Amino acid sequence: MEKVLARGTEAIAEAAIRAGCRLYFGYPITPQSELTEYMARRMPEVGGVFLQGESEVAVVNMVYGAAIAGKRVMTSTSSPGFSLMQEGISYIAGAELPCVFVNVVRGGPGLGDIQPAQSDYFQATKGGGHGDYRLIVFSPESLQEAVELTMYAFDVADRYRNPVLLLTDGLLGQMMEPVSFPEFVDLDSLPDHSSWALSGTGMRREAHRVSSFDMDPVSLEKKNMLIQSKYKEVVKNEILYEEYQLDDAEIVIVAYGTMGRIVKSVVNQAREKGIKVGVFRPISLWPFPYVQLSKWSDQASFFFTVEMSTGQFVEDVKIAVEGKRPVEYYGRTAGIIPTPNEIFAKLMELI
Amino acid sequence: MIYTERFKAPQSLSGKEFSYCPGCHHGIVHRLIAEVIDELDIQGKTIMVAPVGCAVFANDFFELDGTIAAHGRAPAVATGIKRARPENVVFTYQGDGDLAAIGTAEIIHAANRGEKITTIFINNAIYGMTGGQMAPTTLLGMKTTTTPYGRSEKNEGYPLRVSEILKEIRGVAFLSRTKVTTPQDVIRTKKQIKKAFLAQIEGLGYGLVEVLSTCPTNWGLTPIESMQWLEENMVKEFPIGVFVDKVDKVK
Amino acid sequence: MDKQKFIVSIDEDRCKGCSLCIEVCPKEVLEFSKKYNEKGYHYAKVSKIENCIGCGFCYQMCPDVCISVKVLEKIKS
Repeated sequence: MEKVLARGTEAIAEAAIRAGCRLYFGYPITPQSELTEYMARRMPEVGGVFLQGESEVAVVNMVYGAAIAGKRVMTSTSSPGFSLMQEGISYIAGAELPCVFVNVVRGGPGLGDIQPAQSDYFQATKGGGHGDYRLIVFSPESLQEAVELTMYAFDVADRYRNPVLLLTDGLLGQMMEPVSFPEFVDLDSLPDHSSWALSGTGMRREAHRVSSFDMDPVSLEKKNMLIQSKYKEVVKNEILYEEYQLDDAEIVIVAYGTMGRIVKSVVNQAREKGIKVGVFRPISLWPFPYVQLSKWSDQASFFFTVEMSTGQFVEDVKIAVEGKRPVEYYGRTAGIIPTPNEIFAKLMELI
Repeated sequence: MIYTERFKAPQSLSGKEFSYCPGCHHGIVHRLIAEVIDELDIQGKTIMVAPVGCAVFANDFFELDGTIAAHGRAPAVATGIKRARPENVVFTYQGDGDLAAIGTAEIIHAANRGEKITTIFINNAIYGMTGGQMAPTTLLGMKTTTTPYGRSEKNEGYPLRVSEILKEIRGVAFLSRTKVTTPQDVIRTKKQIKKAFLAQIEGLGYGLVEVLSTCPTNWGLTPIESMQWLEENMVKEFPIGVFVDKVDKVK
Repeated sequence: MDKQKFIVSIDEDRCKGCSLCIEVCPKEVLEFSKKYNEKGYHYAKVSKIENCIGCGFCYQMCPDVCISVKVLEKIKS
């Protein structure tokens, strides 16, 4: 397939369009505004809808509206904006609506800065909104992977009627790389949501009443348990990860997203010195590949987590390893990206 | 000679009993909306967005596709639905807390985009569902559970006149304030609701009808006393009238 | 004897006894029942149907859609 040079945010936007997304609602926020701007240009070309909302709060509810109408829809934002969307995401998950979110994470907390970060990990994977729900979270290391995961995210959202988040950061968002785009999905082949979506009864069927509301605790618990059984299927079927040079590894570096890519060069550096180290890179952050990662505790002497936050992702690594081996951590925060040399130095320290 | 129905429940209602208190005007307005939908023959393509508040159950009372938005977000949800399905008729049903407090941004911007949706706005100057707290439209001096000494302009500010704000917004194609305390009011309100729907059906823009309504339970009055109180107090603060009517111009 | 011109039917069990229909009727056709319905309200009932003019004000004001009004008409050919 032909490769084109693309910028991260724009590659994600184009992938969404190729996945059949014809509705995009957004609000400008650095460092992802190029995605919004790309959609503003591109949607009219493909007969889609682009709308800039008055806030992220409005945007997430517009997404709710389009999703409940049974159409493929997405939005993108960055950390403070994603915080504002949490209310709506909880309602979307509660009403079981398929849609796709992109969070191009920047340094926090609060207004923070606009540099790349991974400090929204808890919010993304542990539920940023209220109630018993899960976001399905994928995190790409490259633009090609971002394109593929974006398209896949729509399928997964439809399959489970659940919101899916593409968690990335400004490093990937602003990066330019050659990408090959898959073909456009045939809009007529998209999943049929007519059994539940709001489209008007057409005077042919019972009314569809879809919401997250149920005043009867017994019935709400039943509904929540059905959602939980759906999540069990997600855990069974949707775990994605990459293993890099792990076959003989005595040290397992664990990292995700752009950090997962950077640590590969640390592995290469270490292997030149004869240190047997590999990378375990979760691609799905929820469901987290606990079992798949845990397996390496038989072989590894320790795990080394590297992340662009003060230590969020490392907690899931510890859950996976269950105390069988030490789990070390190195990270930078506030939008500072650990360099390979810095990580390598820390690794040598640990050895 | 046979008996024929002159007045009967509209078919766009589901028939389920309303959950509202005795004498509450929500029920009258529900019926009017359903009658308008029947008369415009749009039941099969109408989608309802219910609010948070007493009308949170409203979807159940209509035989229409529908959802319940987060508090105040109905105009944004309706925007998403309408943009996804422009061939459908979409309306929101919102109270004064939902629309005029927590959802102020959403209503202003939906109106400003001239969103092809309709809003029925119930203003009863109080929060009903949560048990009688102050609303943005609570009158000065009016006692509520959160203004136990009466609303004071110094502490809580003045009652918010939403329609007076919205009338300056150019995306609005129909806008009125009405009440349903007499049969004549009811008949006029129905005509206005019809126009607010026609505003979107004819692609003219955003339509909103504000209905001054009673809340006998939280006002601590009988249904009849409530209607007198509304006439004597609310109408002074919130004058009845048609503020914008682009539907008429077209016809 | 002439056939009664109007039929006003009130769904007694649905009625919440708010009295808006009784209050608004220009001909005092309606009154409170002395009995309670299953919800515990004194429901509205028709007492003087002979006075009814078929204006439908009761229907218009009823917040619970309990009332329907029928009128006796010639069969259209």
